[in-house]
Amino acid sequence: MLNRTRKVGIAVGMALGLSVMPAAAAEVKIGVISILEGAFAALGQDGIRGAQLAVAETGGKVAGKDIKVITMSSDASPDSAVAAARKLIEQDGVDLIVGPLSGSEGLALRDLSKSFPGVTFLNGSSAAQDTTLRDSSQNFYRFGGDGAQWMVGVGSHAFNKLNYKRVAVVAEDYSFPYTQVLGFMTEFCAAGGKVPKKFWTPIGAKDYSSIVYAIPKDVDAVFVALGGADAVNFLTQYSQAGGDKPIIGGTITIDQSILDSKGPFKKLLIGAPAGTPTVGDYDGKEWKAFTASYKKQFPKGFSAPSIFAHHYYMSAKAALLALDEVKGDLSGNHKALRASLNKLQFVTPTGGTMRLDKNRNGIIDNFVTEVFQREDGTLGNRVLKVVRDVDQLLGQNETDFLKKGPVSRDNPSCP
Amino acid sequence: MTFFLVVTLNGLTLAALYFLAASGFTLIFGLMRTVNMAHGALILLGGYVGYQIVDTTGIWTLGVLGGGLASAFAGGLVQAGILGRIQGDELRQTLASIAVSIVMADLMLWHWGGLTYQVELPEALAGGQFIPLLGIGYATIRILLILLAIVLGVLLWLLIAKTRLGAIIRAGVDDRTMLRALGFNVARIFVLVFALGGALAGMAGVVAASALSIAPGTDLQFLLSSLVVVIVGGMGSIGGAALGAILIGLAEQYGLAYAPTYGVVFSFAIMVLVLAVRPQGLMGRSEA
Repeated sequence: MLNRTRKVGIAVGMALGLSVMPAAAAEVKIGVISILEGAFAALGQDGIRGAQLAVAETGGKVAGKDIKVITMSSDASPDSAVAAARKLIEQDGVDLIVGPLSGSEGLALRDLSKSFPGVTFLNGSSAAQDTTLRDSSQNFYRFGGDGAQWMVGVGSHAFNKLNYKRVAVVAEDYSFPYTQVLGFMTEFCAAGGKVPKKFWTPIGAKDYSSIVYAIPKDVDAVFVALGGADAVNFLTQYSQAGGDKPIIGGTITIDQSILDSKGPFKKLLIGAPAGTPTVGDYDGKEWKAFTASYKKQFPKGFSAPSIFAHHYYMSAKAALLALDEVKGDLSGNHKALRASLNKLQFVTPTGGTMRLDKNRNGIIDNFVTEVFQREDGTLGNRVLKVVRDVDQLLGQNETDFLKKGPVSRDNPSCP
Repeated sequence: MTFFLVVTLNGLTLAALYFLAASGFTLIFGLMRTVNMAHGALILLGGYVGYQIVDTTGIWTLGVLGGGLASAFAGGLVQAGILGRIQGDELRQTLASIAVSIVMADLMLWHWGGLTYQVELPEALAGGQFIPLLGIGYATIRILLILLAIVLGVLLWLLIAKTRLGAIIRAGVDDRTMLRALGFNVARIFVLVFALGGALAGMAGVVAASALSIAPGTDLQFLLSSLVVVIVGGMGSIGGAALGAILIGLAEQYGLAYAPTYGVVFSFAIMVLVLAVRPQGLMGRSEA
């Protein structure tokens, strides 16, 4: 009965057409963009779960309006993310977009958002630096960090605690790994470490054997910023070729999905440090509550929320908190909503306080972790250190930080 | 110099894998003129099934055979149930096989999920061999790849050159209508050859899952490499597939070692060059 009433309501609204003010609409439409095809499909699906969890926690309503979630898939390429966003905006008429997942997709949606001032974009888990640092867009928000923030603490840990003085880098050739390498090298080089050689490999490369043999013999460790199957392939071939240098992991290199993958390569990873904003096994009380809520909502999900569920959750939650605060007022190109988002503060699942800097980029908690073997033989990450309040400038002066120029294959450099 | 030799060896081992993957593809095309776009999906299916078998029994060779068998069955089914019904209409067959590959990829994603799988090698193959000439350790599985490729190449050559089935296939390549007129059950031979191609793909999948790894998306990578290999080598020719695989394997590895950013360009540059100068492929016969 209720359902029918609502349908009639919507039908009337549709009949009245565009004369209905957006603020008076009976529902808020949120488009979620994630990668639901190809190699990232399982992880992208977890991103969607994160957004759905935030909606479910409000009971599917905000400020008296129903929340309608529409999902779209992209395939990790910038143009697919743009196509998904255009479909959501132009055909479905969404008010907000949560997403995308991958680094270069984020840069593309940031640019797209400038041509759609009437839509508010909240980044999913994409973590390229310049999505918010340079050329930022007034209606693009990132309630999370970039790839450099996710490496904070690792460089100094590697130099001071593990005594690595020279480290080679193997990373994929696009914006997110560039940013991760920056995060690692900023601390490592400042402490006095050297990075004599960096190898940039195409995404999806299968055969790394020639790179394995080109890694200089005199390095103390190898920093690996590869994701998914690429990480598995590299590590396998490295161990088969008798490689024995310790590994330092990038954020997605040591993700739980890789630790859960099947294969003998995993022995190499035990003891490897990494930087990440999301640790499945973290024992903070907010994280435990978050995990419990996730598992209750998605019994078929992962054993703990992935980095993607975590970040899509935070973005969707931020949107819902702000919507609630402004009572669903989306008039004047979301003026009130954006003012609310800009000064929003909330406690994150990792226990810190999420808030934005002036470029609308999150100030986050970050973890330095270490891979260990559980009693049942499976691998997990344990927390060595929590670094609170990490900002995008990595604690440096803004002018100096920007003067170093955008990240690239050759920037930063300390051979 | 040592580095150059190591990269060359890497190129040859990668070529061996590409040859294993492309041989079934080129065999099917040689007889039926079917561009089987589901070839990558058959490779991935073989890899997954092989993983399951090795995970349960612990016997690697059994996994390779089982993976081959599963893909042979799937391949035979695809030909008998779908592609065989539109035999002779090559464009429709190609499109239908693309559809099959998408459906198969999604079914496999549904069943095996998005994780990366790797088949555990038997003790004897898991480590590395010291190569005195180069003074380095080299993965045993990659040396085995070269042996496998040579053995398979010789077996395929024997099959095609010396056996009755081979004679039928060769006759079919030259003139299918005549073959049918002579009273051979062409439809059944087609299913058989498709199953054989599937078996080769499935076994290649298990080997690839052992030497490298498999995950959703691997199917498209191998489909692409197989396409490039047979376009360069000549569609339908086993020797051509070997030559194409060597060229592409070496190009990829030299590219990755000496110009990593532009590595992928080399393979396609070779393909463009071949298509421009010798469109039927290096060892392919031009259509009359």
